Amino acid sequence: MNALIIEKASKQYNEVKSLDCVSLEIAQGKVLALLGHNGAGKTTLIKMILGLTPLSSGKIDVFGATPGSNTARSFTSYLPENVAFHASLTGREQMRHFAALKGESKKTADELLEKVGLTHAMNRRIGTYSKGMRQRIGLAQALLGRPKLALLDEPTSGLDPISRHEFYDIIKEMSENGTAVIISSHALTEVESRTDKIAILSQGKLVANDSLEILRKSANLPIRFDIKTKAKNNKKIASDLGGKSINGHAIELFCQQDKKIELLEQISSFGNKIDDIDINPPSLEELYRHYSAQKQEGEKC
Amino acid sequence: MLEITKQELLIARRNMWVATSVALMALFSVVLSLAGSAPTGTLGVNPLIIAVTSITTLSVYFVPLVGLLLSFDAISGEKERGTLALSLTYPLSRAEILLGKFLAHFLVLAFAIGVGLLLVALIAIFKHGGVNMSFIPLLKLFFTSLALGATFLGIGYLVSSMVSQPSVASGLAIVIWLVCVVLYDIALLGALVADNGGFFTKVIFPWLLVANPADAFRLLNMPDITNDVLSSGLNNAGVVTGRLGQIISLFLWPVLALFFAWVALKKVKT
Repeated sequence: MNALIIEKASKQYNEVKSLDCVSLEIAQGKVLALLGHNGAGKTTLIKMILGLTPLSSGKIDVFGATPGSNTARSFTSYLPENVAFHASLTGREQMRHFAALKGESKKTADELLEKVGLTHAMNRRIGTYSKGMRQRIGLAQALLGRPKLALLDEPTSGLDPISRHEFYDIIKEMSENGTAVIISSHALTEVESRTDKIAILSQGKLVANDSLEILRKSANLPIRFDIKTKAKNNKKIASDLGGKSINGHAIELFCQQDKKIELLEQISSFGNKIDDIDINPPSLEELYRHYSAQKQEGEKC
Repeated sequence: MLEITKQELLIARRNMWVATSVALMALFSVVLSLAGSAPTGTLGVNPLIIAVTSITTLSVYFVPLVGLLLSFDAISGEKERGTLALSLTYPLSRAEILLGKFLAHFLVLAFAIGVGLLLVALIAIFKHGGVNMSFIPLLKLFFTSLALGATFLGIGYLVSSMVSQPSVASGLAIVIWLVCVVLYDIALLGALVADNGGFFTKVIFPWLLVANPADAFRLLNMPDITNDVLSSGLNNAGVVTGRLGQIISLFLWPVLALFFAWVALKKVKT
């Protein structure tokens, strides 16, 4: 079942279209990464789904409810970008406040603080917290009330790698419990293996929306081979394979997905003249750049 | 809504707002009731009258200031921190957020004023004995102070909703305070002098005076006897608009201020 259906949503501020005809769906228990430059419309889209920003045209449906209605709010949770909680409250007080608003017990609040690893600091004032700790409170409150749809705006920006890892573990657990999760992010590499679908926004248009696998295929970006050879053979092998010799030891070579095995056979025929090979599928950065560049490919209303 | 109130009370306590306003109010009340009765000795009909008169003069400045200080950050601060948007994704309406905060700040004010006036009463009883003493002026002062404070809480929320930074809101709050409790009166006085007893003095002035909640508060709490002695200009105004006009002004203002604050908060984009 679809948790969220967005149909041709647009947002116009004066003359500027900050969101242009975006259609998107997300099923229960799935994780969607929403990628885009600063100002591509990610936060606008998230706020529209929350009912904080009205749509100029189009329709959004959250489990059959209107965004911002009490029904929709009761099963949606949100982690704002750069949220700063009141500095003079303790983490525990802040969390219990949010729990009460969602009709949850104090015990649940404490349990969630434990889950995000804040138990040791929960009686300290938020003013003394590090950025990562404040972000953890934000995540903890987004877990309240077993939401059916969680919208996390840049949840891992400014976090250290270990904290990021823990964040994604918790997000994975949410999705396993049936929550549909939307994560907006800049950190492309970490969403790579952890999301079911990737949607890319560019200048308010949705330019891609699919699984990483399919996006890779349809972008048809070349695979990069990095080959290391002995210095004396380098030039010869480079010209035989049609690659580029780099500083006398390495060769850089590109090939399409369907030519990969053929090329590998060719390379292995050189036997021990080859020291090492690295095969690099197109990275998410490259994919992202590829799709962001396709400005006019978005859906037309 | 009560959850918001709880939260705000916690913040007010933590930020020492409660302690500060109670301490200030108590200090002024004690000083004024001790010093205020010194020149009259024990001859006064009701020793409380003297204290109430001095405290009224002080409260006109102090209560609006505390009201504005408590409220200027309420919305703009949450806007800046990003918690307003977050709160609005909870099943909570904007009216509930506003009323929840109002209730908390109102309680803080009531507590501060209550403690101050209680001290006044205790000092009066201690010095003069409880006999022949009417506490009605004190009660009147309490309730009118609350109405005055509530008005400026509402004005504070209105300003707070209209701007996006707490620093701007605090600046505006100070300007509003200055205009309402100081400049307004000076301007009226200037106009009175210039008019020299003409149409303005007799017809327009009383209404303008009573339209300012701070002046309505002053008129309501000035005992009639001192009214004649201290302020012959105000006396005239008191007659034209009457007690009813003053009461309506003083108690309509908080409702209006809160209503406009709510309208402004509804327009806030997050």
